[in-house]
Amino acid sequence: MGMTIAEKIIARAAGVEQVRAGDIHTVTLDRMMSNDGTTHLTVDMYNNKLKHPHVADAGKMVFIVDHNVPSDSPKTAAAQKKMRDFAREHQIDFWEGKGVCHQIMMEHYVCPGELIFGADSHTCTYGALGAFGTGVGCTDLLYGMVTGTSWVLVPETVKFNLTGRLQKGVYPRDLMLTIIGKIGANGVNYQVMEFCGDGVKTLSVNDRMVLCNLSVEAGAKTAIFEADEIALEYLKSRGREPKAVFSSDPDAAYAKEYTFDLAEIRPVVAKPDFVDAVVPAEEVCGIRIDEAFLGSCNNGRIDELRVGAAIVKGKKIPGHVRFLVVPASQEVYLQAMEEGLIETFMESGAIVMNPNCSVCWGSCQGVIGEGEVLISTGTRNFKGRAGHPSSKVYLGSAATVAASAVRGEICMADCLATS
Amino acid sequence: MEQFTGKVWVLDDDIDTDIIIPTEYLAMKTIEEMRQYAFSPLRPELASKITSGDILVAGKNFGCGSSREQAPEVVKALGIRCVIAKSFARIFFRNAINNGLLLIEQPDLHDRIKEGDTITVTVNQAIEAGGKQYPITSLPGNLVEIIEAGGLVKAMRRRNGRI
Amino acid sequence: MGQTIIEKIIAHNLGVQSVKPGEIVTVNVDWVMLDDIMIPFIVDKFHEMGFTKVWDPDKAVLIYDHLVPASQQDDTRHYRTGDAFAKECGLTHVHRSDGICHQLMTEAGYVKPGDVVFGTDSHTTTYGCVGAFSTGIGYTEMAAILGTGTLWVKVPETIKVVIEGTLPEGVMSKDIILRLIGDLGADGATYRALEFSGSAIEQMSISSRMAMANMAIEAGAKCAAFTPDEKTAEYCEIELDEFQKGLKGDADARYMKILVYKAEDFVPVMACPSQVDKIRPVEELKGTRIDQVFIGSCTNGRLEDLQAAAKVLEGKKVAPFVKLIVNPASRKIYREALACGVLKTLIEAGAIVTHPGCGLCCGRTGGILCDGQRVVATNNRNFLGRMGTAKTEIYLASPMTAAACAVAGEIAVAVD
Repeated sequence: MGMTIAEKIIARAAGVEQVRAGDIHTVTLDRMMSNDGTTHLTVDMYNNKLKHPHVADAGKMVFIVDHNVPSDSPKTAAAQKKMRDFAREHQIDFWEGKGVCHQIMMEHYVCPGELIFGADSHTCTYGALGAFGTGVGCTDLLYGMVTGTSWVLVPETVKFNLTGRLQKGVYPRDLMLTIIGKIGANGVNYQVMEFCGDGVKTLSVNDRMVLCNLSVEAGAKTAIFEADEIALEYLKSRGREPKAVFSSDPDAAYAKEYTFDLAEIRPVVAKPDFVDAVVPAEEVCGIRIDEAFLGSCNNGRIDELRVGAAIVKGKKIPGHVRFLVVPASQEVYLQAMEEGLIETFMESGAIVMNPNCSVCWGSCQGVIGEGEVLISTGTRNFKGRAGHPSSKVYLGSAATVAASAVRGEICMADCLATS
Repeated sequence: MEQFTGKVWVLDDDIDTDIIIPTEYLAMKTIEEMRQYAFSPLRPELASKITSGDILVAGKNFGCGSSREQAPEVVKALGIRCVIAKSFARIFFRNAINNGLLLIEQPDLHDRIKEGDTITVTVNQAIEAGGKQYPITSLPGNLVEIIEAGGLVKAMRRRNGRI
Repeated sequence: MGQTIIEKIIAHNLGVQSVKPGEIVTVNVDWVMLDDIMIPFIVDKFHEMGFTKVWDPDKAVLIYDHLVPASQQDDTRHYRTGDAFAKECGLTHVHRSDGICHQLMTEAGYVKPGDVVFGTDSHTTTYGCVGAFSTGIGYTEMAAILGTGTLWVKVPETIKVVIEGTLPEGVMSKDIILRLIGDLGADGATYRALEFSGSAIEQMSISSRMAMANMAIEAGAKCAAFTPDEKTAEYCEIELDEFQKGLKGDADARYMKILVYKAEDFVPVMACPSQVDKIRPVEELKGTRIDQVFIGSCTNGRLEDLQAAAKVLEGKKVAPFVKLIVNPASRKIYREALACGVLKTLIEAGAIVTHPGCGLCCGRTGGILCDGQRVVATNNRNFLGRMGTAKTEIYLASPMTAAACAVAGEIAVAVD
């Protein structure tokens, strides 16, 4: 019986020949990531609950401060200090203010074939490079940190066969929102989304990150692409080597298969307050907005900033709109500066912020108020996610968000161009 | 002549507006919500202990720092009858007058008094504390006008024929 | 009898020959600045007073800066209140994310030499840098000005500060104003105007003068005054008229006090926790461990400040586990710093560059600290609890010193 990529990664991490969906295995973790959302809690447990606290392998740990940067309160500062002090004491790689954790992980750590736990639900992003990344709570992370191991229940894999090519003006984010809209917010609960087919060859690592990152919004344990030449080229350009390059066997078992023709995808928007409330963007055009957000681990990379900048270039953001532009990392920020994108945004009246999670996480940078409307490239539009419980969040592509920012109401980039 | 007696709370020199009401709380909707945080960086317990009619005695430069009018407003909202200091910062002084919070400059009282003492103030005349009299001067005429009108808002309402 | 700069401005405003310190006069207001924290209170008082019209909507400037970007859910209510008021009263000058109010009031072309300006923020003294009379007021008085266009003021006595010579390398105007505040004390200039002159002042850029005028309030001063010169004219994009050219202290003017300094005597200094007048030479504080550095604010967030920091940081890295936050004072400054490569240098050194606004200086977000942490900052106040808890220590310094501290991870001298 053959195995899928995800199964092969688990088998390798478990040191066994074969695993099957439903098996429980003890695995050796290749890497663990924890951010300032919860690390202080993990450190508290480490200090207070363990009889013999120690870190199994500090070299496998990465701590990243990205959620509240810069800190907005003494409480946040104290939590971050705890994290910083722990990293210093245990010689754990520590990043602060350098970018959103998943972007940092992709730029500097993730390798094909690795099994990675992250104390953040969007750890599934790492499948873009053929790694098995999944989000865990801080108890699981603590266990992993202390023992270097954990247990996994081998998930079923669902195959997403992608064909064709996205049309101009349609983005991977439209594709992934369309998929989630179709299969539902629990459509692949505890399963792995494996993307394959000719269509994946048209997708860059950045595009694949967009898809994998949002897989958790359909309930997935993770999502994964085969580490093909596109992935390996990305890896090589960053001076890293794969741990293992796996392909799914022809006779691997899939719980279900879907096929999506990329050419048929159109710009879409997820309406409040559910990621799977996906409708054609046309349906929500004209809704007045207070804020637009271009950023996040889903959509704050150079590709999206280019798309956004091209749309706002030479235009002014209307006074009633706050257009937040937040590069996903300092690397992205510097690249965007180099290309003149930051100047374009600043000239238009946008608020360009330091790389951080910003309003996607609804914290200290650009939270929205009572009854306000946000259109966002962030990951979630849950009730109150971006601020006041009565506020509304629409999710769209970078193009739709930028066009909406210029228009002051939800607007497709095409409509803006022709108006 | 107006006279009142009250229990004293004592603070030192340079009590700045960030101590009186930290910026963190400035954007709250009402002074009522804010007042519990008055003096919190220095004495977090103070706001809850002050009772209506109490008197605040401070050293020099009381109210230095920002122009935030929330500072005199929270002091007033706590029920402080008047603030007696060696000196006041300029903007705080104006803001207090405009809100009808009585400020009295007195150079000697602060160093001869302790928290919990009871003193008697005779406005524009003197303070009596521990059997001793401390002279005080009266305010300039234009300020008396504002205070007599009941603050600047009322003075303006009168100007605009609203009262 | 001669006049000081501030006396000349007030007399000109009133259309009289001269005014004397202590006189209580009612001035006609040239500009008002309303900020986002205070706007809901201003609007309430304005309506409560029974006003329906702003005396001159083109003379009011509404600026959102303390709450940009919003850090709490209720912050955006301030924008909505401000926008509604601007609409109701026809205010034409509204800045929603362009930078700090005190930077914008001169940079965006509002305040000119000789103007009389009031703002709902204590650092309104900043506009003295171009020879304006400007000072901070509360929201009730602001509401009254909006309705009437006038305000009473007591003509202040003037303290003259003369600085002759050339500043040593590594010393910035921030070091001068900190030293002066130390010498005068935090209430040493209460109710007074601080008038600056001397060859060191003449050599200074407008930015350097702004840093000094900005902090005049920290000695209690009502306002600061610099004589407008060619640099001022260029900065304000005007030709100085006869009145503006004459804004210098007369030789026979009455000064309450004259302080004379030799520029060469200044050294880099810091204001130590938690009083602005607790000044010590940086040299004496060397080696003190720090957690964070903040370069920004209406005191020291201008291009020349960022350039000075970049010069120190070029090719170096911020010390491990130390955070450097850089907050340009305005959108214009940000774009200039972007264009000349300063932002790149700062980010490559490890700085976190935030969107122009008040940021950490006003203590609501932007790098708040906790118990036991220590920050070196280029802003104007180190009051207890201002950037965190009562157990957070704030040291105020120049941008050069701050940058040197970021690299060293401890208090350090830039030119050492």
